[in-house]
Amino acid sequence: MTIVLVTTTVPAYRRASRPADRRVVGGVAAGLADHLAVPVVWVRIGFIVATWFNGAGILAYLLLWRFLPLATPDDAPGVESATRAGLRGSDRLGRREIAQTVAIGAVGLGVFTLLSVVGRGPSSHVLVPVLVGVVGIALVWRQLDDAAWNSWLRQTSGPGHVGRIAAGVALVGLAAIFVMSEGRGWSATLDLVAAVAVAMIGLVLILGPWISSLWHDLGEERRQRIRSQERADMAAHLHDSVLQTLALLQKNAHDPAAVATLARRQERELRDWLYGDEAPAGSTLVAGLRAEAGDVETAHQVPVELVAVGDAPMSSDVAALVRAAREAMVNAAKHAGVGRIDVYSEVAGASAEVFVRDRGVGFDPDQIPDDRQGIRGSMVERMRRHGGDTRIKSTPGEGTEVVLTMPLRETTTQEESREA
Amino acid sequence: MSELRVVVVDDHAMFRSGVRAELERLGTGRVQIVGEADDVPSAVQVIGEQRPDVVLLDVHMPGGGGPEVVRQLPATTYLALSVSDAAEDVIGVIRAGARGYVTKNISAAELIDAIERVAGGDAVFSPRLAGFVLDAFAGTIDVAQVDEDLDRLTEREREVMRLIARGYAYKEVAKELFISIKTVETHVSNVLRKLQLSSRHELTRWANDRRLI
Repeated sequence: MTIVLVTTTVPAYRRASRPADRRVVGGVAAGLADHLAVPVVWVRIGFIVATWFNGAGILAYLLLWRFLPLATPDDAPGVESATRAGLRGSDRLGRREIAQTVAIGAVGLGVFTLLSVVGRGPSSHVLVPVLVGVVGIALVWRQLDDAAWNSWLRQTSGPGHVGRIAAGVALVGLAAIFVMSEGRGWSATLDLVAAVAVAMIGLVLILGPWISSLWHDLGEERRQRIRSQERADMAAHLHDSVLQTLALLQKNAHDPAAVATLARRQERELRDWLYGDEAPAGSTLVAGLRAEAGDVETAHQVPVELVAVGDAPMSSDVAALVRAAREAMVNAAKHAGVGRIDVYSEVAGASAEVFVRDRGVGFDPDQIPDDRQGIRGSMVERMRRHGGDTRIKSTPGEGTEVVLTMPLRETTTQEESREA
Repeated sequence: MSELRVVVVDDHAMFRSGVRAELERLGTGRVQIVGEADDVPSAVQVIGEQRPDVVLLDVHMPGGGGPEVVRQLPATTYLALSVSDAAEDVIGVIRAGARGYVTKNISAAELIDAIERVAGGDAVFSPRLAGFVLDAFAGTIDVAQVDEDLDRLTEREREVMRLIARGYAYKEVAKELFISIKTVETHVSNVLRKLQLSSRHELTRWANDRRLI
């Protein structure tokens, strides 16, 4: 059986997007706030203030709306299915946030009107049609964001199709009436050009987003298809492995340790698939530790609990850290005589730390048994060669903790980015 | 100490009967199950009728999940339980108001211990939850000045969280840091409070950043 790993390429820079689950109008403000790491209220106020200057805020908002992609949350399968089944509770937009936005908008509109009355802003002849137009565009675009409307617009028959044609015809008709109601002559030609331009703009406004979203949809659909195929493969694979485990459990029913190990291994597999970060094994520190923890657990029938904060890409230093951590785990599993090993890894700033802890028999660090000396020597030596540090704390009767510290050198990250 | 009255809210009947059997076997005289529920409406009803000391609450449940139950009856004490590793959901139920989080493979003795702890007003953090908390607050240091001071963990609180993530029990944390168990409990309660009060904006940002890794 061949397993094809499809890895998505992650761009080196962060791209702004509009979060579908947190938008009030188009999600532009929420997306910008995430991207710039400022509270969303500031962004909203910024847009309103910018609008006072010849409507720059509205223009900027519409442009960003057009060009920022809509981001629907891409959750792990377990989370996604829980969301679909309504087990998580919807992440509804707070009423307070909506009220706040409306309030900011109202104040902004008030100031805007005041400015135009005083005569320093655009006159109300321009203001009212522009506002009406903007609201219309916002309505159309907001609905275009939703998949249901996309499919509605893509119909080439039925009421949706008729509605679209009607809208187009109405616009063209409007333009024609505009021409006919004007007097003949040189100005009529000018008016005709203007009318055609108006009609074109109307058509582009209504159909433009649809055309571009059509392109986007095609790509999205292809990705969805690949993803669902991947999931079908995975489901089949898990199905097999779960069935295998259940069969093994029945066979080993008399051996509690074996049953527990089998159950834990199966649990880990399912967990990785349902809630995992999908980092391929061996690509990062945490992925490496997870694989080693699983190995030790299976080989020595001792549960290993891994908690990780932060992660670092794999490098020769990180690989040495993972191997040293493995030796510490194996040591604990072999000698401590305990029912559980706790492993904690943390990447903070320029160094990575791994703690391997057991509550076993422990030993006196001054009198190390010979059989441990070798393993310890190689663990300590290996860490030192890569510039790392090993500390062993142990008290007889209270357990042992191995603390591994490894500086993460700048060069490793540069190498990584060059490879990527 | 009188017997604690407990309601179990979980949509898996097998899990409910398992917890009941374990608590009856080991928890006689300490905890007593007075009711069960399998979704949000029935949970709200049972909790309203029984007024239990502690509710064992599953994170994922029909009708809006654990957080919805906490939102409807915020005055009760909740201990969240789940098999899920979805950090956002675990943090979500804690932020809704649960006093602690443990995984479902916890041993019966530890579970009884945890129930007594939350009933006594303390917070219960498993190593995994401590890891999530450190993760959640790690990304927010830069923007901390923008928000209230409340959002930052103190150096001491961070140390306590790290030790819990390393598998230390409260007693061992106290010994390691040369402080009393009561002080450890205070630190953990403070972290819980900060987690519940910190702004939604930063946690969302944290969640977004996590996906990018």
